[in-house]
Amino acid sequence: MSTSIHVTPGEVVASLALVVLAAAISFWRKADLERDIGIATVRSFVQLTAIGYAIKLIFEADTLWLVFALLTVMVLFGALTARNRAKRVPNSFWPLLIALAVAGASTLGLVVALGVFEATARYLVPVGGMVIGNAMTASAVALNRLGDEMADSRARIEATLALGASAEEAAQPTVRRSLRSGMITLVDSTKTTGLIFFPGTMVGMLLAGAEPTDAVRLQLILLYTLLGSVSIAALVATLLAYRNFFTAAEQLREPGG
Amino acid sequence: MLFELRDVSLSRGGRTVLDSVSADLPAGATAIVGPSGAGKSTLLRLLNRLADPESGSIAFRGRPLSEHDVRALRREVSLVPQLPALLEGTVRDNLAYAARLADKPLDCERSLSLAGLDPDFAGRRVDELSVGEQQRAMLGRALAQEPAVLLLDEPTSALDHDSRDAVEAALLRLRRELDISLVLVSHDPEQARRLGEWVVRVEAGRAVAAGPLGEVLSGPGSGP
Repeated sequence: MSTSIHVTPGEVVASLALVVLAAAISFWRKADLERDIGIATVRSFVQLTAIGYAIKLIFEADTLWLVFALLTVMVLFGALTARNRAKRVPNSFWPLLIALAVAGASTLGLVVALGVFEATARYLVPVGGMVIGNAMTASAVALNRLGDEMADSRARIEATLALGASAEEAAQPTVRRSLRSGMITLVDSTKTTGLIFFPGTMVGMLLAGAEPTDAVRLQLILLYTLLGSVSIAALVATLLAYRNFFTAAEQLREPGG
Repeated sequence: MLFELRDVSLSRGGRTVLDSVSADLPAGATAIVGPSGAGKSTLLRLLNRLADPESGSIAFRGRPLSEHDVRALRREVSLVPQLPALLEGTVRDNLAYAARLADKPLDCERSLSLAGLDPDFAGRRVDELSVGEQQRAMLGRALAQEPAVLLLDEPTSALDHDSRDAVEAALLRLRRELDISLVLVSHDPEQARRLGEWVVRVEAGRAVAAGPLGEVLSGPGSGP
């Protein structure tokens, strides 16, 4: 894994031709996405360049405190971003923040403890970013589903509470389906990996000149790590968030109340 | 007295739904009558604490509702909502769930026949039932918990005449055969006459009259 390639700014500029093509297709077929494609291109350039320099600094400093600070910021922004997808869940920020923090800390802690990765910036920063990013997507999907399902199932949940069921019992089918929808995307893509698509890490390593067997092994480690982090994040987020729909007296709160 | 309500008020979204309601509900069959939107259903939901009033007090058998364990209260005072909302699965699954929550042995046949449903319905999937059958399955599910009080929110509003008659007959039989009290919300004074012994009339969030059937609703056809 010691090979390294150099990418010039000119090569990046050349790849913009494909962005122009995407915008042209949108314009031609009236998909009305030209503006979004423009924003996406500029944002990806600015954000990735900034994070590239930040990572460079962190790699050079090689102290775990900076790594910890960067991952904390990622967790915070991840929770804020996911909250926008979970608008129908009351006070969704704290469940999301805790879900991302727990998923990130436990997954990274475990892979380091098992000796899969060294506890250095070079490993923790990229793996941490993937872990937190995937945890964010999964918990956002799970809470989005939870909000929709709680709204659609009000009558059934309240009728179950009316039988003397606890909030946990009444919400259980809804929480189960929400957890499932948070996890299913990664489970499905893990099933088809290598057949229908090549995951990013493997592609990156092959492009960088790594041995295919190394690329595959690292990719497998990451996929399995992500499965763990996605499950933990969706579990923690749904378990903490469903309670926000109920009062302490096992009553279903009014929507928006 | 089964329920005593004192100065119970509740507003929702800035609108007053219940305005200083005071009423006594004795054991037996009480009908809460009044026009749509008067606050009848909201009042019923307060009786097993699916919601709490903003001010005022409600007592069940002389003790404030808040002093009862909320889940035990709901098993003793069982609410059957206006629209059926069964769990996925069969009718038996639903009855077994309710019986397990109340820690009661399951007698599916008896609960169903008390609710006016043939025991054959036990194995039917709930999504294959008509609304009228679902409504009776809801009643049977509540009865599987052997409650002391049944709260019924417009139990026949979604039903055709035949189904309505079947549900009403089942409720009358419950009164005859079991020592179970009913609190029934109805917009139909005729139904209150058929099923009620005691009547509370609610208009615009206020209890305007409460008393024995003959005093509050005098003579057929006099209207609410």
